[in-house]
Amino acid sequence: MNLYLDLYLTMAKVGVCTFGGGYAMLPILQRDVVEKKGWITEEELTDYYAVGQCTPGIIAINTATFTGYKVKGNLGGVIATLGMATPSVIIIALIAAFLSHFADIPWVVHAFAGVRACVCALVLSSVIKLFKGAVVDRAGLVLFAIVLILSSFVGLPSVLLVVLAGLAGLGLRQIRGWRR
Amino acid sequence: MIFLRLFGEFFCTGLFSVGGGLATIPFLQDMGLRTGWFDAVDLANMMAVSESTPGPMGINMATYVGFTVAGVPGCVIATLGLVAPSILVILIIAHFLEKFRNSRLVDGVFYGLRPASVALISSAGLEVARTSLLHWDALEGLTAGNWFLLFHWKAVALFAAVFLLYQFTPVKKLHPILLIAASALAGIVFQM
Repeated sequence: MNLYLDLYLTMAKVGVCTFGGGYAMLPILQRDVVEKKGWITEEELTDYYAVGQCTPGIIAINTATFTGYKVKGNLGGVIATLGMATPSVIIIALIAAFLSHFADIPWVVHAFAGVRACVCALVLSSVIKLFKGAVVDRAGLVLFAIVLILSSFVGLPSVLLVVLAGLAGLGLRQIRGWRR
Repeated sequence: MIFLRLFGEFFCTGLFSVGGGLATIPFLQDMGLRTGWFDAVDLANMMAVSESTPGPMGINMATYVGFTVAGVPGCVIATLGLVAPSILVILIIAHFLEKFRNSRLVDGVFYGLRPASVALISSAGLEVARTSLLHWDALEGLTAGNWFLLFHWKAVALFAAVFLLYQFTPVKKLHPILLIAASALAGIVFQM
């Protein structure tokens, strides 16, 4: 199959399977883009999420553009992003036109209580997988813990934390360089 | 020209909202007030639908607002406006990263970014867990005797079941969407 078409369809599938924000896309990307297609590695995916947190635009789009670029350059980036957005456009247009009270239907409410619990479990599994590749030493573990606490319990903005973590990484590498 | 204005509004939203789909909400609130295209009640309804339909929430929101303003063409225009700044910025960054992939500077930055990235995804996951597994509003009347009211037990049980099953090979091989579909069904059957 043409690689552009493959990219478009794969990202459209990721879009259909995502319920929630960009984080909910992670288990699907791991399965379809990393494991099945082998287009990017776990480490690259982690990098995309990091950069996507601190650049303009929502994480889901940023990650899709990065993935597409990796596979097939600039045009790949555009096609992957459009692929991911396509199901949203179709589904929301249908719901907005015919079912504006969709979110109030009792069985929809029950179904999505189930979906959210499932997404939590899938994201936890994905995070464990990423953790093994991303946290490689004690300094990384400390950094992970600090960022998690500052984000979840202190509520500092992600942009700030990403910038500080990048600087910390740079600093740590420099210090070790001097020691050598 | 409504389409041009819609594109412009969403281009700005895409350019200035940094982070997850929720980061677009303040910009959309402001957009509703300035343009009169939708009010706070409309926005709340759009959020509820966007959260409970397939597709990343931020894109769903843009599509919904676009439809409200200008029908089906509005959906497409609003979404293109939202994604355009991301595509431009990310393509430039991706190009830059590829060029300097072997630089010690970039390597050092990513050495710090990777643990932070996983921590931020965990943090987003915790936030969803808080709203879907806990009855956060029960917290005020909570005592040592009724602590169990805090948990949404059916959801906790489903969460645990999915997580445990997903560690075993036959289930691990299934596509995550099958587990999501099964959980939706469980949600309906057990009236979660």
